Amino acid sequence: MRYSGLRVLKEALTGHKGWKPAWRDVAPQAHYDYIVIGGGGHGLATAYYLARNHGAKRVAVLEKGWIGGGNVGRNTTIVRSNYLLDGNEPFYEHSLKLWEGLEQDINYNAMISQRGILNLVHSDAQRDAFTRRGNAMILNGADADLLSTETIQKRYPFLNVNNARFPIKGGLAQYRGGTVRHDAVAWGYARAADQLGVDIIQNCEVTGFRIEGGKCLGVETNRGYIKGDKVASCVAGSSGRLMAKASMRLPIESHVLQAFVSEGLKPVLPGVITFGAGHFYCSQSDKGGLVFGGDLDGYNSYAQRGNLPVVEDVCEGAMAIFPMLGRVRLLRMWGGIMDMSMDGSPIIDHTHIESLYFNGGWCYGGFKATPASGWCYAHLLATDTPHEFATAFRFDRFAKGQMIDEKGMGNNPQLH
Amino acid sequence: MIINHPILGPRDSAEFTYMGDAALLDRPDWQAKDALLQFVDYGYLRDNPAGPHIELWYHEQGDRSFLVVTRDTTTHEISSVKLASDVARGRGRSK
Ligand SMILES: Cc1cc2nc3c(=O)[nH]c(=O)nc-3n(C[C@H](O)[C@H](O)[C@H](O)COP(=O)(O)OP(=O)(O)OC[C@H]3O[C@@H](n4cnc5c(N)ncnc54)[C@H](O)[C@@H]3O)c2cc1C
Repeated sequence: MRYSGLRVLKEALTGHKGWKPAWRDVAPQAHYDYIVIGGGGHGLATAYYLARNHGAKRVAVLEKGWIGGGNVGRNTTIVRSNYLLDGNEPFYEHSLKLWEGLEQDINYNAMISQRGILNLVHSDAQRDAFTRRGNAMILNGADADLLSTETIQKRYPFLNVNNARFPIKGGLAQYRGGTVRHDAVAWGYARAADQLGVDIIQNCEVTGFRIEGGKCLGVETNRGYIKGDKVASCVAGSSGRLMAKASMRLPIESHVLQAFVSEGLKPVLPGVITFGAGHFYCSQSDKGGLVFGGDLDGYNSYAQRGNLPVVEDVCEGAMAIFPMLGRVRLLRMWGGIMDMSMDGSPIIDHTHIESLYFNGGWCYGGFKATPASGWCYAHLLATDTPHEFATAFRFDRFAKGQMIDEKGMGNNPQLH
Repeated sequence: MIINHPILGPRDSAEFTYMGDAALLDRPDWQAKDALLQFVDYGYLRDNPAGPHIELWYHEQGDRSFLVVTRDTTTHEISSVKLASDVARGRGRSK
């Protein structure tokens, strides 16, 4: 069933009796060409592009819980392509382009809103760094605009540009950046993949791999053994836990990141704004709640909930630039488990085990990557060669000293 | 989280800086034949378990000692705290 304005009208007039489930509820078959483990944004996008771009026929997505219950439904929904390094920027720009055409492609309203993102600058050195980043973006075909304090003050009169410790000295804007309704991304990809014949199997946890003679033959699940010609791990924050079952140690630590939503307000915040002196970023959802977040809690965690010092730190960041938020009440907060890699960049690669592939290490920036991650992972799975925009995302870059370290933090996952 | 410092008693974890898996105490032998490989493992690969994790916390806003803390990564519950220097000496190291 295609979704359209006309369809909504028709259903409204006929008692909404014609809507069907957006994807089939299927039991796992015994054998697939491709098994994608993890029904988050990346896993679903991978399955969709396997079917759409490569004509793959027998594809399964195995999800231990429900579609959208992982980070794809927990993030703060910001999409952008404002990266500096060559290994990253073409990939993220490809992703932003895919976002721009996604709703037509998958026939699903993902509420993609290119409301713009502004990274604030608080010192001369930071302005130099952002100028360089803006130039790198433009060289890679993305848009970037360096703004003066005056322009910022005019556009965002509520910002405190004269904070004694962190005065605002300018900002780097990307107008094509913005927000996307995260749940709709999971549901939209699931529905589109299902329509191309992909089996989306919820409540199916992978509990082990069957590996013989250095080759992965399939996966053990709580619903029995499933044979797979190619097995693709795509479980974000659970990567360490899952790959340990194939006796693999990863260049990844799992960390908890918190997010916050305020009570609903009238429109006060146009676009996404990030504070450059502490770690705080904020946008306003279409329902009116301010959606914001900051740093990781900073220690290994699989708990999906964080601690109070970070809450305080994030709120202090908010007050430093948005004094108007002082009396706004917090409505909800939650945590998600991030697959923090050793250089802050992801991995899309085959493993040393034949037929076993890995996608992970997305840190807290993996939502914006969803379309390109699926696109490039599907390419790798179908052709056994890395996609041109993902050639740098290899496992062996750590041994070879070819880290993609945007912030220059070294092998400290909690600092990326 | 409260970390029960062996010398200073219960302290807020916000006084500490997290330094990762305590396996980092055991630096590979730089003269070993496969030292390069061992250092890649040491520098970049982690067990990253869901459950008890033995890890290093540096009391940066306090007495600057390194602690070896056993903490469950699924509940954040801390079951043991030792001075890293004691742990290293216990393994026959001089410091
Ligand atoms: C608070 C927060 C804010 C964030 N903000 C942003 C942002 O503003 N912009 C941005 O770009 N990114 C952001 N991110 C990061 C982004 O959400 C993640 O990088 C991205 O969603 C990870 O990919 P995914 O959607 O595939 O992960 P997930 O949705 O977590 O998918 C992984 C799935 O694998 C399943 N799984 C795990 N183990 C197994 C198993 N053994 N068998 C079967 N299934 C299994 C899980 O249940 C889960 O559904 C944020 C993350 C958090 C937590």
